[in-house]
Amino acid sequence: MIPELGTYALALALCLSVLLAILPIVGAQIGNLLWISFSRPLATGVFAFTAISFVILTYAFLTNDFSVSYVANNSNTALPWFFRMSAVWGGHEGSLLLWVLTLAGWTVAVAWKSRDLPADILGRVLGVLGIVLTGFVSFVLFTSSPFERLLVNTPAQGADLNPLLQDIGLIIHPPMLYMGYVGFAVTFAFAIAALLSGRLDAAWARWSRPWTNIAWAFLTLGIALGSWWAYYELGWGGWWFWDPVENASLMPWLVGTALVHSLAVTEKRGVFKSWTVLLAIFAFSLSLLGTFLVRSGVLTSVHAFASDPERGFYLLMLLLITIGGSLLLYSIRASEVKSESSFSLVSRETLLLVNNVLLTVICFTVLLGTLYPLFVDAMGLGKLSVGPPYFNALTVPLGVLLMFFLGIGAVTRWRRQDLGSLLKQLIVPFIAAIVVGSIALTLRTEGGSVWTYVGVIAAFWLLFMALTDVADRVRRRSTSVWENLRKLPRSYYGMQLAHLGVAVLAVGIAMVSAFDEQRDLRMAPGDRQKVGNYTFIFEGAQKVQGPNFVSDKATLQVFYKGEPYLVMQPEKRLYTARGIVMTEAALDPGLFRDLYVALGEELEGGAWAIRLQFKPYVRWLWLGGLLMTFGGVLAATDPRYRKQARRDRQKLESANA
Amino acid sequence: MNPKRKKRLLIVLFILGGAGTAIGLTLYALSQNINLFYSPTQIAKGEAPLNTRIRAGGMVVDGSVVRDPDSLRVEFAVTDFENSVPIVYSGILPDLFREGQGIVAQGEMDAQGKLQAVEVLAKHDENYMPPEVAEALEKAGKMPKPEGQEFNK
Repeated sequence: MIPELGTYALALALCLSVLLAILPIVGAQIGNLLWISFSRPLATGVFAFTAISFVILTYAFLTNDFSVSYVANNSNTALPWFFRMSAVWGGHEGSLLLWVLTLAGWTVAVAWKSRDLPADILGRVLGVLGIVLTGFVSFVLFTSSPFERLLVNTPAQGADLNPLLQDIGLIIHPPMLYMGYVGFAVTFAFAIAALLSGRLDAAWARWSRPWTNIAWAFLTLGIALGSWWAYYELGWGGWWFWDPVENASLMPWLVGTALVHSLAVTEKRGVFKSWTVLLAIFAFSLSLLGTFLVRSGVLTSVHAFASDPERGFYLLMLLLITIGGSLLLYSIRASEVKSESSFSLVSRETLLLVNNVLLTVICFTVLLGTLYPLFVDAMGLGKLSVGPPYFNALTVPLGVLLMFFLGIGAVTRWRRQDLGSLLKQLIVPFIAAIVVGSIALTLRTEGGSVWTYVGVIAAFWLLFMALTDVADRVRRRSTSVWENLRKLPRSYYGMQLAHLGVAVLAVGIAMVSAFDEQRDLRMAPGDRQKVGNYTFIFEGAQKVQGPNFVSDKATLQVFYKGEPYLVMQPEKRLYTARGIVMTEAALDPGLFRDLYVALGEELEGGAWAIRLQFKPYVRWLWLGGLLMTFGGVLAATDPRYRKQARRDRQKLESANA
Repeated sequence: MNPKRKKRLLIVLFILGGAGTAIGLTLYALSQNINLFYSPTQIAKGEAPLNTRIRAGGMVVDGSVVRDPDSLRVEFAVTDFENSVPIVYSGILPDLFREGQGIVAQGEMDAQGKLQAVEVLAKHDENYMPPEVAEALEKAGKMPKPEGQEFNK
């Protein structure tokens, strides 16, 4: 009975979404305030009913209700309760339900956080979100209902959650990623609402900025978590594979990053308006494309759970309608958009334009590499894959170029700056970066390519530019240093932190790519192997019984410069319910290096295939991601937005009075 | 030319130049990094080029896996039940590598007609079959019936 209530709640959510999609937009168009005023309660209702159906599904998992087909396929009584809970989004249907819940959550957040918005704008924004909600709630309800039953022969035991997904990483990675993906729907809704109302002004940019920043921060965190999870859970110590599914999340991130910057220009200077709208449309379209690629079964990977042509077709239609409809609206309305100011060639506007062009180009190359094999396959021209060298060859130089301009852009003035004065600002940090970067790298004896140097130098360049800029701002005022530091706006710190995150990420990528040491060995008990300053001695492996798996647990003694350092115990697990074998790597994490031991297969005479890895600076990858996330959150929560929104409202009210 | 137009022209030129270079580089890089898939039958017919990075795949032949006793070198054959290809690999095989399992290997064909693999892929799902392998098997008319406990609706 209870699972049927889940379907029922979802159906009610769909009805309310349809109303939300129609009433406020039509109301705003014909000026019917009553219809507009329905938007907030409707948004709340959609959220409430989606939440109810989500809770019901969670309840089915917690109580092991295997009469629900989705639960039977993705859970097992031997699974601990927290994995049973995260198994809710461990498969296609529940994962989409989480997607819908996230969207409804964003919608209700906009409804309740944007009281200072003019009623017609808020109505339109919520209405556009209602359209998207209608599309996706109906998708879940009609093609991917997680509540379908196996009433005739209810199995006594479930098929278990894919062991790869039985991990803390899975508990948090998808919700964070979805918060980001779906968060761009809010920016998209703001852009469409602005196009509909014809009011593409600084106020519009100011409204959508905090939402975009926060969505971007979540997406950053989601991607970083995904990379971290793949690193320790897939068992081979890789952190980015250029897998189409990873690319699917990277593309909206790249365009989203461009959007965050372009919105800043639109708000501060009133230029790039139509470009910003276009980016908002693309960021959300790429999020949808990502959902389509991952969910339709076009790609096969860890993430692709089901390949059902009907679902793929439905998603493709949603994608086409979104892109087609919004671009049509854009082409009708964009010509009316006028720039409110001008800028000279040497100005922050120009540099942010460069930033946008570079990010878009990177996104385009990733898109090409991701879709090309699908395209060739669809045309029947054969099966092929595009290798990581393609992506590396393009994104690395473009990324470095981006960092170079980032350093300049963050200190350049709006509107115009004298080229001479700018160069004077740049020269010292530039030389310092080259000197310090080179010295830092020559301390290492061997390895590394030109790109290692360039990457590390670029990171120092960002650091020095950030420091000189902060120093400049502090010196400009006469009060004490601490007083000045305290007075700098929160969004300024957000920007600097996020940019510092880029530098940290660059160091991580450069160092781990260049100085990573890896040995694949056949080790018999008693064998020893030196990697860097560490010596590993293999002592053999034993069988161990886990809750829902049996495991071969190896023991390795690790010596650092001849002294006993620690014991590492990598495992090879056999998950009995599905008969899946999994590598559980042993890790010794550190700020400057990780030790990573993974167990391959058993060979003759108690010997094992073992992979030993020394990964310098690998933690910096995710540390960089965290800094960016934190920066995004700081920028989004700047009190300025709230104050300005109140001022906008007062201005509007006095104009109406 | 007035400064405003000059600025616009510069920006347009910059974008065009950037886009042109980017597309050129992209297409070049793409053409250098495409790995075509060949089925065992195609390889047996000699369609696969020598000394070029390709992908090949099929089901691992039962009883074909031979390990070197002193290193991680392993030799096995994959088949589409029509023809089979010997593959040589040195390294750790993926968790789901098993006889009878569908895999994809990446590497180069040598003069002896063996695939010198640098990477062997098997996915984390016991019912999963690489799409290339599935298609190759279907073409050869040898698609095995899936077994295992998937609860279908």
